[in-house]
Amino acid sequence: MTDKPKVAFYWCASCGGCEEAVVDLAEQVLDVVAAVDIVFWPVALDFKRKDVEAMADGSLAAAFINGAVRSTEQEEMVHLLRRKAQTVVAFGSCSHLGGIPGLANLFDRDGVLASAYLESPSTVNPDGVLPRPRSEEDGHRLTIPALFETVRSLDQVIDVDYYLPGCAPTPKLIAEAVMALLAGKLPPKGSVLAPDVALCDECPRKKTKPEQLALSAFKRPSEVILNEEECLLAQGVLCLGAATRSGCEAVCIKGNMPCTGCFGPTSRVKDQGAKALSGIASLVASNDAAEIERILGSIPDPVGTLYRYSLPSSLLRRRRPAAAAAAKG
Amino acid sequence: MPETTTEAGRDAAPAPFEPRIVAFFCNWCTYLAADLAGTTRLKYAPNIRVVRLMCSGRIDPQFVLDAFAQGADGVLIGGCHPGDCHYESGNYKTLRRFHLLRRMLRDLGIEEERFRLEWISASEAEPLRVAVNDMVEKVRALGPLNLAVPAEHAEEPEEVAVP
Repeated sequence: MTDKPKVAFYWCASCGGCEEAVVDLAEQVLDVVAAVDIVFWPVALDFKRKDVEAMADGSLAAAFINGAVRSTEQEEMVHLLRRKAQTVVAFGSCSHLGGIPGLANLFDRDGVLASAYLESPSTVNPDGVLPRPRSEEDGHRLTIPALFETVRSLDQVIDVDYYLPGCAPTPKLIAEAVMALLAGKLPPKGSVLAPDVALCDECPRKKTKPEQLALSAFKRPSEVILNEEECLLAQGVLCLGAATRSGCEAVCIKGNMPCTGCFGPTSRVKDQGAKALSGIASLVASNDAAEIERILGSIPDPVGTLYRYSLPSSLLRRRRPAAAAAAKG
Repeated sequence: MPETTTEAGRDAAPAPFEPRIVAFFCNWCTYLAADLAGTTRLKYAPNIRVVRLMCSGRIDPQFVLDAFAQGADGVLIGGCHPGDCHYESGNYKTLRRFHLLRRMLRDLGIEEERFRLEWISASEAEPLRVAVNDMVEKVRALGPLNLAVPAEHAEEPEEVAVP
């Protein structure tokens, strides 16, 4: 071991895309590896939890943690990494805001388990076996991590120093963050390491946005042939760029797909879904209640659309627990 | 604020449920109607807490969610009748946001009766009284929202993995 700064990567409730994003650094990953020692990275390196436990508290320069927190194991691991690391970076949308797994907050734990293990069309489980946190088999006591009722973002569990937004964060932002960390040139604690303006600001279609947007129907990208030059909102496609932080270099827009909001809100906004709702609804081209209802009805799933990545970090954080139970029964 | 009436049962030990309703009223219409109700000694349920804004169009949906998150059992918005907005179109924007927000709240388990929009002009003290009383009764029938943001450890952390 050298005296290079030590860093750890860890994943909680995530898809693996954030790990992929690190690999996507391509040749820049060599600069990172040259500058730091990666001492823990379950997806790529064979270090175990006991190796982390053996480290002195505060001996890691940084821990990059992706994924939302939804199990007891994840909760323990992030507390452990918090103790060992001087700086904790919430890496990616799930860690930053709750992410796609956070949409499980529209249900409760039993509903989630029933859907995954009993009701899904692709599931064959005639005995109705469900994961049990504790069980006995031939006299051996077995335990597995338990799921929580509510999915949480990382900062709802431990103190977080910085946030790298995105699903997944772009290689450019990752490289900039790592280099800033190594150079000790980081912004104030709690900052999101991306520009603090809306995506429209860097959108290549910005100049095609009409002065006055007026929407008489919301269309899904699969329902229309989209012009590749024109503002997507002007084409009636629900694009969340106006309610989303920039920094992604408009990769989805360049692929002719609308922004779905993965970078989260800017620092002036507390609740991304509510702010997106405010902007989008006010563009509806009618003053008549029935007509407004009809036009807005073409948005199939407002919560899943406007809070796609941020339900756990929203003001309400989840579906009302009693109501979640009633909907299941 | 028209909160001259006493809050019934505040000091009683097992107090009956009294809905807490946050009311966002436009400065040019519903707020004046509430004022008029006060000066004409019109009585209505003391369950609303009025927040005055310059226009119902100023109501950011975040205000509504924040009110619910902080313990409101209902949220009432009072704005100018269609065509009467002091700023031309603020109330229309409120109407559009209201429809989508009500639907989103329903998907999040908050009943429609807890979120209400009323057009009440400055002279309409009686419609204000009727609307407030009606909403209070409907929310009372629904019961408390009980939306206190869940504790960080709402679950029993008993299952600790054995190494």
